[in-house]
Amino acid sequence: MLWYTGKRILQMIPVFFGATFLIYFMVFSLPGDPIAALYGDRPPAPGVIEVIRAEYNLDKPFIVQYFLYIIGLFQGDFGTTYSGRPVSDVMAQAFPITARLAILALLFEAVAGILIGLIAGLRKGKLFDASALVVSLLLISVPTFVVGFVLQLVFGVQLGWARTTVSGDAPWGELVLPAIVLASVSFAYIVRLTRASVSDNLSADFVRTATAKGLSRNRVVRVHVLRNSLVPVVTFLGVDLGALMVGAIVTEGIFNINGVGGTVYRAVTLGEGPTVVSFIAVMVIIFVIANLLVDLLYAALDPRIRYAK
Amino acid sequence: MPSKKYTPQGHYVAPLEDTPIAPIDKLDESQKARSTWADAWDAMRRRPAFWISSVLIVLIVIIALFPGLFTQVPPNSNCLLANSNGGPQPGHPFGFTRQGCDVYSRLIHGTQASVTVGLMATIMVTVIGVVIGALAGFYGGILDSAVSRVGDIFFAIPTVLGAIVLMSVLPERTPVTVAVVLGIFAWPQIARIMRGAVLSARNSDYVTASVALGVERSKILLRHVVPNSIAPVIVIATVSLGTFIVAEATLSFLGIGLPPSVMSWGNDIGQARTSIRTSPQVLLYPAAALSITVLSFLMLGDVVRDALDPKARARR
Repeated sequence: MLWYTGKRILQMIPVFFGATFLIYFMVFSLPGDPIAALYGDRPPAPGVIEVIRAEYNLDKPFIVQYFLYIIGLFQGDFGTTYSGRPVSDVMAQAFPITARLAILALLFEAVAGILIGLIAGLRKGKLFDASALVVSLLLISVPTFVVGFVLQLVFGVQLGWARTTVSGDAPWGELVLPAIVLASVSFAYIVRLTRASVSDNLSADFVRTATAKGLSRNRVVRVHVLRNSLVPVVTFLGVDLGALMVGAIVTEGIFNINGVGGTVYRAVTLGEGPTVVSFIAVMVIIFVIANLLVDLLYAALDPRIRYAK
Repeated sequence: MPSKKYTPQGHYVAPLEDTPIAPIDKLDESQKARSTWADAWDAMRRRPAFWISSVLIVLIVIIALFPGLFTQVPPNSNCLLANSNGGPQPGHPFGFTRQGCDVYSRLIHGTQASVTVGLMATIMVTVIGVVIGALAGFYGGILDSAVSRVGDIFFAIPTVLGAIVLMSVLPERTPVTVAVVLGIFAWPQIARIMRGAVLSARNSDYVTASVALGVERSKILLRHVVPNSIAPVIVIATVSLGTFIVAEATLSFLGIGLPPSVMSWGNDIGQARTSIRTSPQVLLYPAAALSITVLSFLMLGDVVRDALDPKARARR
C-alpha cells in the first residue's frame, strides 16, 4: 500500500506542473495587454505601465513568470487581482461558503443517490426502478442552470419556501436549495451507477453463497451487495468533483452566493482574467489532489487494485 | 464393462459410447458467420428507445440544416417591442422574447449553432482520441508513455473549467472556436478508452496469426485491431455529443460562449433569465429544446452500449 501511495504521488507531480503551466500559458501568452486594458481609452502616464508590468512580473520571460507564480503558490501567495486585492484574501472569504455548499451537495447526492439507486437495483424492472431511470435521465439532460432557474422560481418565488438569493455570510439553511441544484446532475449519475452495480452484484457468486449460508436478506444486501456496489460510486465521487466545480460557478451565479464559484462567475462576466486563472488553477489543484485521494481510497476498498502492479 | 479410462493427470474420461455426439455439439457450417455489428443491429432495432431517439435526432438535424422549412417568421428582424415578453398569438405559438422577437422562430434558427458545436467537437475528439489512443496502445514504448502523461495533464483540467479560461482570453468567438476549445480539453477521455481497448485486442489470437502470416504492423493495426476496439469509443462519442451541447449552452449562459449575435439555445436561455419571473415561457422553450436534444443522444448512447455489450444483452 505504501509503495502504491508513493507511486501515485510521484505520478501526480508532472500532472500538477503540466496542468498549472497549461492554464498559466493560456492566459498570459495569448494576445492582448491586460495592463493597457485597465486604462480604457485614455492611455496612462508614461512609465506607469512599466512599473505595473514589473510589479506583476510581466516584463520577465514567460517561463520565469511561471516559476515565480509557482514559488508564490507554495508560499501561499496566489497572486493579486488587478484591482490590487490579494487573491488569497478573496479565497479566504469565499472558500468556507463554497465548502459548506459542497458538503451539503455531496451529502445530498451520496445519501439520496445511493438509497434510491439501491432500491431501484433491488426492484429491477418494477415501477420504482423505471421511474428512477426516467427521472435520472431527465435530470442529466436538463442543464444545471435551467434546474436552478426553475427551482428558484417554484420554491423561491411562487411557494416562498426558500430565499431566491443567499445573504452575504451564507448560513447553512439558505444553502439547502442551491446545494440540491448543484447536486442534481451528479445525483442522477449516482442513482444510475448504484443501480447498475447493485443489480450486477445481486447475481454474483458471493451473494449466492451468502444467501445459501442462511443469512437474512437484510444482511446480504447491507453487507455483501451494498459494500461491493459502493466501489465504483466512490471513484465517481472523485471525478465528479470537476463537475461540481463547474456546477458551483453556475449555481453560485444564479443564487448570488459569494463563494468561489460566484467569484469566478463575476470575474468571467467582468472579463477579469487574473482572478479567473488563480481561482481555476487552485480548483484544478484541488481536483488533482482529490483524485489522488480517491485512487488511494479505491485501492483500500478493493485489494485487487493494490496487488495488480 | 470397459475399464475406466484415466488421463495422466488422473481425471476420469467417459468412453465415447456413453456420450454420443448430440445435435447440440454440431456446428452448422452452412450458416454465414455473423459480425458483432449485425448482432448489435438486431438487438438495437427491437428497442423502442432506439427508434424514438433516432427519429428525434434525424428531425433535429433536418431543423439545423433547413430552418426555413419549419418557420417563415424571421428570428431577428421584425421584432416589435410592443410584443415584449408577450404570450402566444396566432402564428407565434410560443410567444415573444423581451426584445419582442418570436420565441419559436429563434428556437428553430438556434438549433444550428448548438448542433454544429456538438457535432464538430465530437468529430474532433473522436478522430484525435482514436488516432492517439490506437498508436499509443499498439506501439507502446516511449510513444505510449509520452502520450499518456500529456493526456493525464489535460485530464486533470475539467473540460468546462479549461474552456472558461481559454474562451475568456480568445479574441474571436464562433461555433468553430467553441467546438475546438471544448475538444482540446475532452480528447484524453476517448484516447484512454481507445488505448485500453487496443491493448486488449493486441494480444488476441487473430493478431498473433496475422503476425505469423507476415502481415505488416501498420496493416494489422488498421485492418484488425482498430475495427475490433472501436465499439466502446462509439458509445462514449454518442453520449459526449449531448454533453458538448450542454457545455456550449453553459459557456454561452456565462457570456463567454457564442457571442449574442449568434442565435443559440444557450444564449436565449441566458438572456431570458432577466424575465423569468414574469414570462417563464421565454426560458422554458429553448431549455426544453436543449434537453430533448441531449436526451436523444443519451438514449441512443444507452441503446448502442447495451447492443454492443453481449453481457448486457443476455441480462435483458
